[in-house]
Amino acid sequence: MSKLVLKNVSRRYGTFKAVADFSLELAKGEFVSLLGPSGCGKTTTLRMIAGFAPPSTGTIEMDGQQISSPSGVVPPERRRMSMIFQSYAIWPNMTVGENVGFGLQVRKMSRAEIDRRVDAILDVVQMRNLKGRYPAELSGGQQQRVALARAIVVEPEVLLLDEPLSNLDANLREEMRFEIRRLHDEFKITTVYVTHDQSEAMVTSDRIVVMNKGRIEQVDAPHVLYGRPRSRFVAGFIGRTNFLEGTRNGSDVRFDGFTAPAVAVEGANGPGELLYSLRPQAVGLTTRKPGGPGLAVEAEITGRAYLGEYWDYQVRPLGGAKPIRVSTAPTSIFEVGSHAWLEINPAAIVRVE
Amino acid sequence: MAVTGTVAVEASAAVVSRAGRWDTTWLLWIAVIAVLLVLVVSPFVYLVLTSFQAERTGDFTLSNYATAYGRARYIDALFNSLKLGVGVAALAGLFAIPLAWAVARTDMPGRGFTRMLVLATFITPPYTGAVAWILLAAPNAGWLNRFYMFVTGAEAGPFNIYSFTGLVVVIALYSFPYIFIFTTAALELVSSEMEDAANILGAGTWRTMRRVTLPLALPAIMGGLIICFLEAIALFASPAMIAIPARFNVVTTQLYQFFGNPVRVEVAAAYAMPLLGVTVLLILVQRLITARKGFATLTGKGGERRPIRLGPWRWVVFGYAMLVASLSVFLPYIFLVQSSLARAWGRGFSLDNITLRNFDFVLFEHTTAAQSVINSFIYASASATAAVLITLGIAYIVTRRLVPFAEVLGFLCVAPFVIPGVVLAIGFYAAYAPPPLSLYGTALILILAFTTRFLPIGYVNASAALRSLNPEMEEAVRVLGGSRLMALRRVVAPLLKRSLLGAWLLIFIPATRELSSAIFLYGPNTKVASVMIFDMSEEGNFEYLSALALILQVLILPLLWFGQRALGRDFMLRRTAT
Repeated sequence: MSKLVLKNVSRRYGTFKAVADFSLELAKGEFVSLLGPSGCGKTTTLRMIAGFAPPSTGTIEMDGQQISSPSGVVPPERRRMSMIFQSYAIWPNMTVGENVGFGLQVRKMSRAEIDRRVDAILDVVQMRNLKGRYPAELSGGQQQRVALARAIVVEPEVLLLDEPLSNLDANLREEMRFEIRRLHDEFKITTVYVTHDQSEAMVTSDRIVVMNKGRIEQVDAPHVLYGRPRSRFVAGFIGRTNFLEGTRNGSDVRFDGFTAPAVAVEGANGPGELLYSLRPQAVGLTTRKPGGPGLAVEAEITGRAYLGEYWDYQVRPLGGAKPIRVSTAPTSIFEVGSHAWLEINPAAIVRVE
Repeated sequence: MAVTGTVAVEASAAVVSRAGRWDTTWLLWIAVIAVLLVLVVSPFVYLVLTSFQAERTGDFTLSNYATAYGRARYIDALFNSLKLGVGVAALAGLFAIPLAWAVARTDMPGRGFTRMLVLATFITPPYTGAVAWILLAAPNAGWLNRFYMFVTGAEAGPFNIYSFTGLVVVIALYSFPYIFIFTTAALELVSSEMEDAANILGAGTWRTMRRVTLPLALPAIMGGLIICFLEAIALFASPAMIAIPARFNVVTTQLYQFFGNPVRVEVAAAYAMPLLGVTVLLILVQRLITARKGFATLTGKGGERRPIRLGPWRWVVFGYAMLVASLSVFLPYIFLVQSSLARAWGRGFSLDNITLRNFDFVLFEHTTAAQSVINSFIYASASATAAVLITLGIAYIVTRRLVPFAEVLGFLCVAPFVIPGVVLAIGFYAAYAPPPLSLYGTALILILAFTTRFLPIGYVNASAALRSLNPEMEEAVRVLGGSRLMALRRVVAPLLKRSLLGAWLLIFIPATRELSSAIFLYGPNTKVASVMIFDMSEEGNFEYLSALALILQVLILPLLWFGQRALGRDFMLRRTAT
């Protein structure tokens, strides 16, 4: 049975539709991210799951029981969930130990039991030695760990995270992503994670829900989302991509400067000009004509940028007008103006809407 | 994207409202409404109603208005108030603006000292200042006149406090801190980079100040001038001590006379309308000016602020600051102390004129003086506590949108700001003096009136404090299984302790010296210190009076010290304090 089920949930503020027709099922122990630009409705969705807002239409169920509907909402304090807030919401008037122990205290556990569990979870997040400190004496990353410990120690049915890393600096953010995933692997708590950062979502999640303007664009595992984006929005939002216009011409699809067999290109069956996505990483760049199974297209280097981890080349097929962006290893160097060969795997060209 | 972003922010605020709807908040809503009805709405409604009611019968009539505006001298009093307000605002601006600029933006020596002296001015009640200036500038006997006669050998001195000019000076000297507070607050937000930009284009210090700095602060200065104007026309104490002996009236003293024997509250209510109207209008104007976008308030983040180097001019500016301080603090307090320790203040500083009898008398012998000080402190602490609790509750309801139309509650809390103390007192008299309540002269009516009078200070502070508190702090409690009440008790209350203490002090301190509403509502057993001082001034007992006024000041000092320790040196001189 699914742990958490959202059925046709929507949320309106006046005439503005913050979330529209949102349906999703989470398996027990699954880690799902809601990913999208700010204002796309992901935080609103999370707050509906938490019980801070009722849905305008639709229902939310946990373990088969309805917890939210337009006519009534189980209040947040009775949902047995926990949440990590964007601001962490660590209470500055309580020590680390008191913060973490709060939820257990509410659950009327004995003092000794609370102590034992608090110490255990503080060990997990490596904060045991700071138990007596006040939050103002902690760094951002340490506060984040306290928030994690406080949320996990109560063994919630569902863990909700609202952009938990957005206030950290870049290095710490990277570290904490793995920390969150590690904790998930250890405790197997069903988790909904809201973020606007695609790499955060990709590192942590089993599945990613890409949202745009209150609607779901696509729900898939990270690698599928990247390799097989289904809409222009997803292709553009997750990573970088080339948008190519292609027209069906008999058994071929004709692109700007090259053609590909239609059978090899996914979704190339409609008439007229259609839009396709081709990831810069899916294209090879060689000095000699490649002998592999892919398409070989002779091209001219029109621009380049060195980004340390890779080269970002702009390469124009000789018969075409617009350059294609290609990422290569930092060791493969081509001069601007020189000729080279593109190696394109037609299966990497994906039709998008 | 920016558009959808703001929608999302408003949306998340509305989220809480729906979720909170099923708590027991309706009960709370009703309780709060009831409190505000008693404190704000009904005195105001009664004020207006009473002005249209015939005495005794209560029939509808316009005759109160006919009486109130039927004599030339009543009309004169209205115009005197206007002239007074303009004069005070102009003179106070002259005192305050250079000082504010020097303190906020320059390297004038003694900036902290100057701030301290402005604070000392601010906590001097207007009636204490007026008394001190009677000692200084009474015709012939005043110390300034005597000094002049001593130096020049003239027959008479040039100063006469009992004149229109005298009144303007005295009020301006004790209301200029309002303009000072507004102006420093604005100037402290003007970044040095803006001035640098003018400098690099070739403008010198003075030109930059004239063309860039002052225009940026102008809305705030205008706001301060308006507040000062309103303060002057609503003031009762100084006009009563100075204008009445000088044989002219202003609105507030005229109202006092309508309240004399027999009490003609209907006429007083009718006569209070212009004062109320002007105040409402000007507060609206003031809000419009200071709310204008693109001005100083927007530059909060604008980098560092370096003091402007004045060179040798800084001593000139310092001299000016000390001159103003001499007029408002040094001279008045020197002669208040002298008078409080004198057998007869006119006999001067000779040793055989020194005595502690005055203190002994007001503290232990006078039948009501000591009790009046105790009353002041009891009523002030009761009303400060009530105002803080009420406004905290309402500010919480408003910021978390627990009930629909919560903004109305917030509006009612700040509404008393536009009601001058005397007018408020007339409203309270009209509403609660007649049977069945018959509260006239009771401690309760004074406490209620003080509470109402200071609701705006409480509300502004409470809602600022709550807005600085991220709602996620409370949501974190709820998501972990705690109720809203638990969130309030375990998180909100402990976190707001400090700000609430600040609000309490900001109400308590002025409430201990409140005169303009007390003078219409006190009874024989509920005399407060301010009324006592006013009575003594009418009897001409300046020695006792000085002793009592100084006692009142000294009693405030520990609170002030405590407030500065807990809340920062300038806690009285912030915008939220006024």
